[in-house]
Amino acid sequence: MNAFAQIRQSLIIALWFMFITFPVLVVRVNTIEKVVEWRWLNMIYVGIGSFLISFVWRYFLERKAQGGKEDTHPAPATATEKPFMQRLMAEPRLYRPFLIVLSLFGLAFPFLPFASTYQINIVTNALLYIMLGLGLNIVVGLAGLLHLGYVAFYAVGAYSYALLYYHFGIGFWVALPIGALFAAIFGIILGFPVLRLRGDYLAIVTLGFAEITRLVLENWNGFSFGPSGIAGIPRPGLFGMEMDLHQGTIYIYFLMIALCLFTIFVVNRLQNSRIGRAWVALREDEVACEAMGVDPTTAKLTAFALGSTWAGLAGVVFAAKTTFVNPASFTFLESAMILSIVVLGGMGSIVGVIIGAFILILLPEYLRAFSEYRMLLFGMIMVVMMIFRPQGIIVGIRQIYEFKKVAAKEGNRQ
Amino acid sequence: MMEPLLDVKELTMDFGGLRALDKVSLQVLPGEIVALIGPNGAGKTTFFNCITGIYKPTGGNVFVTPPGKKQRRISGMKTHRVTAQGMARTFQNIRLFPEMTVLENVMIGRHCRSRAGVLGAIFRDRATRREEKDIVDKSYAILEKMGLAGEVNELAKNLPYGAQRRLEIARAMATTPFLLLLDEPAAGMNPRETDVLEELIRRICTEENIAVLMIEHDMRIVMSISSRIYVLDYGKMIASGTAPEILANPVVIKAYLGEEDVDVPAS
Ligand SMILES: Nc1ncnc2c1ncn2[C@@H]1O[C@H](COP(=O)(O)OP(=O)(O)OP(=O)(O)O)[C@@H](O)[C@H]1O
Ligand SMILES: [Mg+2]
Repeated sequence: MNAFAQIRQSLIIALWFMFITFPVLVVRVNTIEKVVEWRWLNMIYVGIGSFLISFVWRYFLERKAQGGKEDTHPAPATATEKPFMQRLMAEPRLYRPFLIVLSLFGLAFPFLPFASTYQINIVTNALLYIMLGLGLNIVVGLAGLLHLGYVAFYAVGAYSYALLYYHFGIGFWVALPIGALFAAIFGIILGFPVLRLRGDYLAIVTLGFAEITRLVLENWNGFSFGPSGIAGIPRPGLFGMEMDLHQGTIYIYFLMIALCLFTIFVVNRLQNSRIGRAWVALREDEVACEAMGVDPTTAKLTAFALGSTWAGLAGVVFAAKTTFVNPASFTFLESAMILSIVVLGGMGSIVGVIIGAFILILLPEYLRAFSEYRMLLFGMIMVVMMIFRPQGIIVGIRQIYEFKKVAAKEGNRQ
Repeated sequence: MMEPLLDVKELTMDFGGLRALDKVSLQVLPGEIVALIGPNGAGKTTFFNCITGIYKPTGGNVFVTPPGKKQRRISGMKTHRVTAQGMARTFQNIRLFPEMTVLENVMIGRHCRSRAGVLGAIFRDRATRREEKDIVDKSYAILEKMGLAGEVNELAKNLPYGAQRRLEIARAMATTPFLLLLDEPAAGMNPRETDVLEELIRRICTEENIAVLMIEHDMRIVMSISSRIYVLDYGKMIASGTAPEILANPVVIKAYLGEEDVDVPAS
């Protein structure tokens, strides 16, 4: 009975789609020969296609609804029956071999036969987005502040290096910390006015801030050279060694690997610290968090400052990697992309963000055929994700504390 | 005469045209368990929100005197600073951090008693490690006392209701308060759980030397546990005194039963 209702629903949807696509896909007026072509075959395709998609869609929704019900029944599941992904990340025995293989591959990758300059560049790009994702993850994933203007700090980093080089001839390694510092200061400057805002309001203000930053860069010719940008920024040097393009690419690749590891190390330590816990508490319930003695102002400002620091670092590397910056690289689309990485991967999860960055940056590159539909695909992935797995690919796991002997005693008493 | 830990003087709170609190005065002395009762909508939760700085009262003063320290005015202070003074609260509708573990929930309470910053978090120097260990140990000790030591690594949202209420108290205790403000701690509990809670509150008061001010509708626990009772009705403090005094007070009876003897609906 239920299946019949489903089929009927899908049929109605298919008919509806056939109807609304009729003027576009079926009728064509040939203006030269002055005849009307009727492409009925298209209508049949649309009908069958939308019927199937709608049916599959409903099937999964149904299954999800049932899955949700099953989940709630055995509430406190025992530690042994955790999902495999959770265990993989929690138990060293499982994740160590995995990590070793991964790092060997990471080290060998640029020297593998198929790794052309182009390939290495793509992966370096993905690494850059990992860094950006992890930085934004501090603000959005941990502290729960919906930040839509992250790209502004990326731009601050990139322009810091570009302008410092242009005016003072300052090199990459000196510009790296300065760019990070500038971005952090910018983060705090943005942080102050938005302290009281939450959710949608915060999102709009941060979005506006990023647009202002971009427009200033675009229009203030005397400062940033307008839309034409700044070219001829040097790649990072290695003790004055001469490198050709391929070697330079490999060098930046390893540089990014090192920076990513550094980021992972720092973010991991931050999230299991006094500050990190305060951020998560702030995300969970701001009123309760403040009532427990956490100063939300400090917590938010540090989140903004630290998140921006990583955007600044990434920006400097970006400028060095492309040797050219202009405002077109720092549009809202970029912010949306970084945010998508965080949301898709799983807010508050380092591994999730890494996977998210690889999927969203590498997939469109390797599926060249899809590249034109990149935004479409992207939107579809996000919609499907939000419906079927709103918590992201990987759920952030909390630190586990062991209390061996005391815990055993307590267990007996109860 | 003992200096009161909490001294509220003529506290007034207006929401637009609505006067939720009207010159409410209240005191809590060291070692006391004081109950604040009143019909629904009397302004009890608003009172808590005003003295903890979540709302900014429109009139009146709030003073605290931490044991061994000088009296301080806390009206107008930010919420987190009030907590740091030594006054911690729970919420009527449980407000835990659902996606954090039980232990982490309590560890947040230690936030205002520790100081590690960003650099400490990144470098994990010796002082930070020691402080972190101290936070974990103290939090665990509190959970043991509250009978929650078996669930330290469970997410707070997965706890049963009664345990969530106890966890809220544990979290408040982690801030090492001298005064604990409990907003309907027994709400939704069965009589057996209420008895456990009563015992717990007594122990907190005597063993930890923490005074308690609690809002509660369950008259059984209110009458048996409180040294003194305040009654709030429509934002006004209509009575205060010991349990027998309150029970015999005609004003209180009228506030609770309404004008029942005047017009009884025929249904
Ligand atoms: N933020 C607010 N804005 C406007 N009115 C409010 C606000 N908070 C509380 N009130 C009003 O103040 C009055 C007292 O509310 P309060 O929540 O303090 O009652 P209560 O005594 O805690 O009741 P209960 O026993 O149901 O918890 C109510 O009329 C309520 O509508
Ligand atoms: Mg209330």
